[in-house]
Amino acid sequence: MAKDHDGAEGSIVGTTVEKYGDNPPTAGIAVVVADQIPNPGFPPFRPRVTDLYPEKARQQERRVSALFVISIIGSVFAIAAYIAFPIVPGDIGSVRINNLLLGVGITLGLLGIGFGAVHWSKTLMDGHDLVEQRHGTRGTAATREKAVEVFTLGNKESGFGRRTLIRRTLIGALVVSPLPAVVLFRDLAPITDPVELLRHTLWDKGVRLTRDPSGTPIKASEVTIGSAFHVIPEGLNDHEDKLEQKAKAAVLLMRLKPEDLHVSADRADWNYDGIVAYSKICTHVGCPVALYEQQTHHLLCPCHQSQFDITQEAKVIFGPAKRPLPQLPITIDADGYLIARSDFTEPVGPSFWERKL
Amino acid sequence: MATAPRSATRPAKSARKQRAAGRRHPLATVALIMVGLIGTGGAYALFTSSATAETQTAAAAQLDDGGKLFAANCATCHGMALQGTTQGPSLIGVGAAAVDFQVGTGRMPLAATGPQAEEKPPQFTDAQVAALAAYVASKGPGPAIPAAEYLTGTGDAAAGAELFRINCAMCHNVAGAGGALTEGKYAPSLAGVSAQHIYEAMVTGPQNMPVFNDDNISPADKANIITYLRYLDQTPTPGGFDLGNLGPVSEGLFIWIFGLGAVVAITIWLTARSN
Repeated sequence: MAKDHDGAEGSIVGTTVEKYGDNPPTAGIAVVVADQIPNPGFPPFRPRVTDLYPEKARQQERRVSALFVISIIGSVFAIAAYIAFPIVPGDIGSVRINNLLLGVGITLGLLGIGFGAVHWSKTLMDGHDLVEQRHGTRGTAATREKAVEVFTLGNKESGFGRRTLIRRTLIGALVVSPLPAVVLFRDLAPITDPVELLRHTLWDKGVRLTRDPSGTPIKASEVTIGSAFHVIPEGLNDHEDKLEQKAKAAVLLMRLKPEDLHVSADRADWNYDGIVAYSKICTHVGCPVALYEQQTHHLLCPCHQSQFDITQEAKVIFGPAKRPLPQLPITIDADGYLIARSDFTEPVGPSFWERKL
Repeated sequence: MATAPRSATRPAKSARKQRAAGRRHPLATVALIMVGLIGTGGAYALFTSSATAETQTAAAAQLDDGGKLFAANCATCHGMALQGTTQGPSLIGVGAAAVDFQVGTGRMPLAATGPQAEEKPPQFTDAQVAALAAYVASKGPGPAIPAAEYLTGTGDAAAGAELFRINCAMCHNVAGAGGALTEGKYAPSLAGVSAQHIYEAMVTGPQNMPVFNDDNISPADKANIITYLRYLDQTPTPGGFDLGNLGPVSEGLFIWIFGLGAVVAITIWLTARSN
């Protein structure tokens, strides 16, 4: 016990005096504050009701033990509930009731102990304030001398400083030993250039636009005004890395009245009679932008509320995205099915380091 | 109707001054006004009573009744010939399905202008909705009310769930709980919506919802989607409280308020001095 309200300083057990003599180490503060606030000390001791009235103390004693009894009841309840409400295979509702009752029982069992212990210490255990000094970081002079002695002796006995051949080859071995890990981890990187992977998708000249997920081709006549089709390139379902390719090639197909579209000169033949196809991958961080409002012709990204105006070639009209959604140039083939005129003319999705646009 | 006779009698009055004896009785003006008022009032009463009456319409007179209901309740915004006005779109070719959805869910007639028409208790009886739908459908071909075979909810729920995730979940939430759109618009929750209204919404694309015609999602696939939504309605959530199935928003709010609230309360209790 350190200083307490009784002013008892007879014992030095556990104090700085015991550990460090007359020169206690600093707590590690490099700067000595000139206008340091003096230690105000403890507030005056205020006895609790349990200190003054034994019957109150007995009352709190009963409360603490009641909390422990609640804990016992909770633990027993958890076991009983686990047996009484077993998990029936195939019945998801039985999992729910089993987990709920088990959780309630274990919660009571653990919280009862915790609350009881805290309530016990707050109401019945000794209520005096006390200070416990933080341990210093610097060892005593004797400990430090002993450490130096150990190192010196080790050097002398092993000859580490004297036998330079051993020392140098050991250092060399230590330097070379992590190299296999470097080679192994380096090999986890994509074999092909990631920039090329990002730049190209499955779309190409003549690739049919097909429905997600069935992969059936779409005729232009089937896309009525106000429609929104979720589109994947033909052959995607047979592709070996289907999900990776879909993540780049997903397209949203919409039909607007042709007079509603504001088409720039270089994109004049990119839509087919008001049918437009835009990448579904947000240019902000790559969420699927598919919340199409057919009256306002706005596309909303659900992640960060970027909005794109389809009538203005997916121009960003709100939110954190900086570039419009890439448009897929489309036309129809001889059978009336929608096909791509080419791949996207710019990388889809969010910006990346090597991107020039 | 009532003003025309009044203006016509004015020259008659001045003529009486000159000729001292008019062809009309002095009370003729009053009588004419009365006739006019009773006529318009009667016609108005006829229209309004037909709009609110609970009486059943005979099948033969359904179109006629639909026309009257339309004229009394819809034509102000949509035009007497369904041609549309600056207040409302043309209804030519929207089909019976659109009318049944918009009027049957109470979205139309619109209570007030706002970001979008909201669902409210329907204003018309089923028979009146059917009459309106038949009337609008008679003015131009459009999606019909779906056949009962697609509305039973006995399709393939797994296939419906995949289609729902691809086509619907971005707005309506993967559990059909609905979600926010731009500028106050929102995709409503699909919990408890009737199969017929779900089907009609897909076919017609009400408000800002895109159209999913039968070439995009076949009627059988629409039935699968309805089956999936029925499954969601009927299956309890295994994880306990679903908190509206809204995902991180409601769950985050719950843990911030109740979870962190409990941590703060326990911390205060731990450090408070006992009296």
